[in-house]
Amino acid sequence: MCQDCGCSMTHDHHHDSLHTNPQLNDKKTLSVIHKILDKNDVEAQHNRDHFEKNGICAFNLMSSPGSGKTTLLEHLVDQTDMKYAVIEGDLETSRDADRLIAKGINAYQIQTGSACHLDAFMVHGALHHVELEPLDICFVENVGNLVCPASYDVGTHKNIVLLSIPEGDDKIEKYPVMFRRADLVLITKSDLQQHFDFSVESAKAQLAKLNPDVQVMSISVKEPQSLQPLVDWLATQQAGLKQQLAEQA
Amino acid sequence: MHEYSIVTALIEQCETLGAENQAKAITRVEVKIGMLSGVEPALLSQAFETFKLDGICANAQFNMQIQPLVLQCHQCGQTSEQTERTIICSHCQSNNTQIIDGEDMMLMQLEMDT
Repeated sequence: MCQDCGCSMTHDHHHDSLHTNPQLNDKKTLSVIHKILDKNDVEAQHNRDHFEKNGICAFNLMSSPGSGKTTLLEHLVDQTDMKYAVIEGDLETSRDADRLIAKGINAYQIQTGSACHLDAFMVHGALHHVELEPLDICFVENVGNLVCPASYDVGTHKNIVLLSIPEGDDKIEKYPVMFRRADLVLITKSDLQQHFDFSVESAKAQLAKLNPDVQVMSISVKEPQSLQPLVDWLATQQAGLKQQLAEQA
Repeated sequence: MHEYSIVTALIEQCETLGAENQAKAITRVEVKIGMLSGVEPALLSQAFETFKLDGICANAQFNMQIQPLVLQCHQCGQTSEQTERTIICSHCQSNNTQIIDGEDMMLMQLEMDT
C-alpha cells in the first residue's frame, strides 16, 4: 500500500515530483563507481595471500551437481604425488568431505545452508581448519551449480569447470558466464561418449567463441591414464605460480 | 539465486557511503550490470525492492544500466560492442580480443538527501 495517500499502488508514483523539486530537499549526487562485490574481492585476495604464503596453487572446481567433482578428487590422489586438500561446499551434509577423508585426503566441509555458491568469506573460514603447510595444491569444490558460483572470486588461482558427457555439449552456450570464467574445461565421464550425442568438437567450437584461451581435456576416472594430462596441467600451474612468487621475492 | 547476496553487498555499500556523506536517505541508486556478469537484472531489481525496506535505501529508486560487451581487438585494433555473448571481433572475426566492459557489476552513482 502506498505510504503517501493510502492507495493500493505500490510503486512510488508520488515520489518523482518530490525528487525533482529542489525546494523540498537538498539532494546530493555522488558518483562512486565501486565494484558491487568489492568486499568479496578483497577477501578473495586475502585468501590468495594465505595460499601463496604456503606456496600453494589453488583451484576452484565448478560444475552442475553430479558431473563428477568429488569423484575426480577421490581418484586424483592415486595419480599424483602432489599433496592436496579440499574445501568442500554443499548446501547440506558432509558426505563429500567424508568420501575424501575415507581416501586419506584432507577435506573440510562448508555447509552453505541455502546459499547457492561459495564466497570468499566462507572459504576464508574454512582455510583456518586446513593445515596448509604440507600442501602443494588446494581445491575448492564449489556448490554444484553452473550459474551462481561464476560471479564470486573465492581466492583461488585458476577455475576448472567440469562438464559431463550425459549433460550435453549445449551447456556451454546455455551457461556462458561460467564457461567464460574457466581456465580449464574437463569433459568428464568420457567413457560414456559412445552412448550419448555429446560432440566434443561442437563443445570446442562454442568455447572458441566465448573463451578461446581455455584448455579442454576429456577424462574418465574409469580410464586412469586419461587423468595424466590433468595431473600435468596442475603441476604446470603449480610450478608457474612458484616461479612467479620467487620472482616477486 | 545469488542476486540476493549481491543486493545485500550493494545495500551495505550504500549504507557505508550514506554514512560517510551524512545522508538522511538515499533516493536513487544507479548500477551498471554487465551482460556477462552472471546476474539476471529482473531478479536483481526484485531483490533490491525486497531488501531495501528497512534501511537508508527504503525509498530509493533503483536504476540499472545493462552494459553490452565491449571488445578490444588485438588483431585489427578496433573496439566493438557486442549484444551477443561472443568475444569474436565484429570487424575482422578474430578471437584475439579482450573484454573491456560488460563483465562487471558496478555501483555507479548515488543520489542522497543530506
